[in-house]
Amino acid sequence: MISTTTTADDAPDASTSASDSSSVAAAPRPQVGASGGTDRYLPEHPTPVIECENVDIYYGAFRAVHDVSLVYGRHEITAMIGPSGCGKSTVLRSLNRMNDLIPGARVTGKISYHGQDMYGSGVDPIEVRRRIGMVFQKPNPFPKSIYDNIAYGPRVTGMKVDSMDDLVEEALRAAALWDEVKDKLKQSAYGLSGGQQQRLCIARTIAVRPEVILMDEPCSALDPIATARIEDLMEDLRKDFTIIIVTHNMQQAARVADRTAFFTAQAAEGTGDRTGQLVEFDLTSKIFSNPADRRTEDYISGRFG
Amino acid sequence: MATIGQLATRPLKAERNGDKSPASILFLVALWVALSFAVLTLVVLLVTSFMDALPRLDGELFTNYSSQVSPETAGARAAIIGSLWVIVATAVMAIPLGIAAAIYLEEFANPLRWYNRMIEVNLQNLAAVPAIVYGMLTAGLALTIGLRRGVVLAGAIALALLILPVIIITTREALRSVPAEIRQGSLALGATPLQTVWRQTLPSAIPGIATGTILALSRALGEAAPLLLLGGLVFIRYDPNGLFSGFTTLPIQIFNWAGQPQVEFQEVAAAAIIALLGLLLLMNGLAIVIRNRYQRRW
Ligand SMILES: Nc1ncnc2c1ncn2[C@@H]1O[C@H](COP(=O)(O)OP(=O)(O)OP(=O)(O)O)[C@@H](O)[C@H]1O
Ligand SMILES: [Mg+2]
Repeated sequence: MISTTTTADDAPDASTSASDSSSVAAAPRPQVGASGGTDRYLPEHPTPVIECENVDIYYGAFRAVHDVSLVYGRHEITAMIGPSGCGKSTVLRSLNRMNDLIPGARVTGKISYHGQDMYGSGVDPIEVRRRIGMVFQKPNPFPKSIYDNIAYGPRVTGMKVDSMDDLVEEALRAAALWDEVKDKLKQSAYGLSGGQQQRLCIARTIAVRPEVILMDEPCSALDPIATARIEDLMEDLRKDFTIIIVTHNMQQAARVADRTAFFTAQAAEGTGDRTGQLVEFDLTSKIFSNPADRRTEDYISGRFG
Repeated sequence: MATIGQLATRPLKAERNGDKSPASILFLVALWVALSFAVLTLVVLLVTSFMDALPRLDGELFTNYSSQVSPETAGARAAIIGSLWVIVATAVMAIPLGIAAAIYLEEFANPLRWYNRMIEVNLQNLAAVPAIVYGMLTAGLALTIGLRRGVVLAGAIALALLILPVIIITTREALRSVPAEIRQGSLALGATPLQTVWRQTLPSAIPGIATGTILALSRALGEAAPLLLLGGLVFIRYDPNGLFSGFTTLPIQIFNWAGQPQVEFQEVAAAAIIALLGLLLLMNGLAIVIRNRYQRRW
C-alpha cells in the first residue's frame, strides 16, 4: 500500500473491534488499511435511502444485470466492486436514472428512493437526479470558469440562493478545493489539474445539495495523492451525504466503504451472454476478512495475491 | 534477419534508401504534377479574369446598373444588392431551421426509431441533390401558393432549401464533437435536456456551427442554376428593396453578361467575377478565423 494514501483514520486499525480479529486470523486477511466501517458503529441493517429489489437491467435485448437486491444506507459509503463488465456502472447509473439517456436501456424490478418507486409513473427523472447526484470516472468540468461550474447547478435547478458567492465558497470548501482556487475563481476550470478538476466536479455536485452522491470510479484517472485527497473528502462528506461508489481499487473500497457489494458476471444459461449479478453484500470488514461466498474470496485474494 | 535486440540498437538513419527508391520518386512526382495542374489551372483562370476585368474594376461596377444599350457603363449594382437581399433572406430562413433540425436529430431523436433513421439517410441524399431541382421545387411551390417566381423571397426559398441539408449535417457534426461527458455532467446536476442544450452543448458547438453555416451560405451566394430557373431578372435598373421585389444576383448577372456578344460585357462580367470572388473569399476567411479563434480541443 502506498504510504501517502494512509490517512489518519488508519490509526485505529490496531484497535479494531475484537469480533473482527478472530476472523482475521481465520482468513488470510489482506494487508489493507482499516476499512471505513470498522471504526464506526454500523447497524446490522442499514437505514435504506435507495433500495433495489430484484432488479434486472437490459440494453435492448441484452440483459446486463440480473436479480440485484441491495440496500444503500443513509450516511454510509457503499462500495460496488467486481470484475470489468459485471454491471457496476450499469447498476450505478440506474440509481439516478442516468440510464434513461441510453437508448434501449430498461430496468425491471423495483428501485425505490425512500420507499417511492423511482421508475414509477409520474416520477420525473430530472427530480431524481437533483436528489441523487453523480460524479464520473473522467473529471468532466464544463468549459466555463470555476465559479460558473459550481453556480451552474443551482442556477438551472432554480435553487433559491441568498448569495451565490457564499454558496460557491461553501461548496468549494466542502470539496477541500477552496484554498487552491480562491484566487482564480473566474479562470477556466480546464486550467486545473485532474485531481482538482475531479474535486471541482464533486463541489459542483454538492452545490445542488443532493442527498445521495454516486461516484463511478472517481479516482481511476488520478494519481495516489489526488486519490488520497478524494478518499479523505468522502470520509468528510459522509456526515452530510449518502455515498455510493464504484471502484476497481479494492484497497480503496476497504479504506472508505462501510458496506461493500461484490458483483460478478456469469454466462447465462442458453445464451452465451454474460450477465452481471450480485454475489455478496455485507459490511466491508466482513467482505474483506470473512466473505461468505467462495467467488468473493477468490476475487479478493486473487487481487491481493 | 536481425533479432529484436539488434533492431533496437540500430542507428536511426535510413538504411533502405528511404524515399529515394525510383518508385517512390515517381509517385512523388506524380503527386506534384497533379497538384500543380490543379493550382495552375486556378491561377490561369484568376489571372485571365483579372486581366479582363482590370479596365472595369472601378467604382462604376458598384454604382451603375446594368444596361442593354451602353455596355461600356454597365455596372453590377443591382446584382450586388440583389445578392445581399437573397443571401440574408436565405440565412434568416435556413439557419434557425437547420440548427433546430440538427438539435432535434442529434440531441432528442431516438436513433432506434425507424422514422429517425429514415430522416438520417435521406438527409445525406438531399445534400447530394442537384441545385436546379430545388429551383424546380420552388417554382412549383410558388405556383401553388401564388407567389411571383422572380422575387427575392422565391430565390431565397430555393437557396435555403438547397443549403438546409448542409447546415443540418455540419451542425450535427459540431454538436457531436461536444463530448457526451459534458451533457451527462449537466443532466446529472438536474438540468433538463433543454437546459443542457441551451447552456452547454449549443454554446460549445457555436464555432463549428458558424463555420459550417458560413461555408453553406457562400455556396448559396455562388449558385446560379436554381435562380435562373426561377427567372431572376437580368436587366434591372432599380435597387431590389424587399422580399417581393424583382431581383438579380451576381452569378446570374455574370452568366448573362458572359453570354452577350459585346466585348464590354465580357469585361464587366470578369469584373463582377472578381467582385464575387472577393466576397466569397471574405466569407471563407471569416469562417477560418472563427474556426481558429474559437476552436476547442477536448
Ligand atoms: N450503453 C451500453 N449499451 C449496451 N451495452 C452496454 C452499455 N453499457 C454497458 N453495456 C454492457 O453491460 C455490461 C455491463 O457493463 P458496465 O459498464 O455496467 O460494467 P462495469 O462493471 O461498470 O465494468 P467496468 O468495471 O469495466 O467499468 C457489459 O457487458 C457492457 O458491455
Ligand atoms: Mg464501469
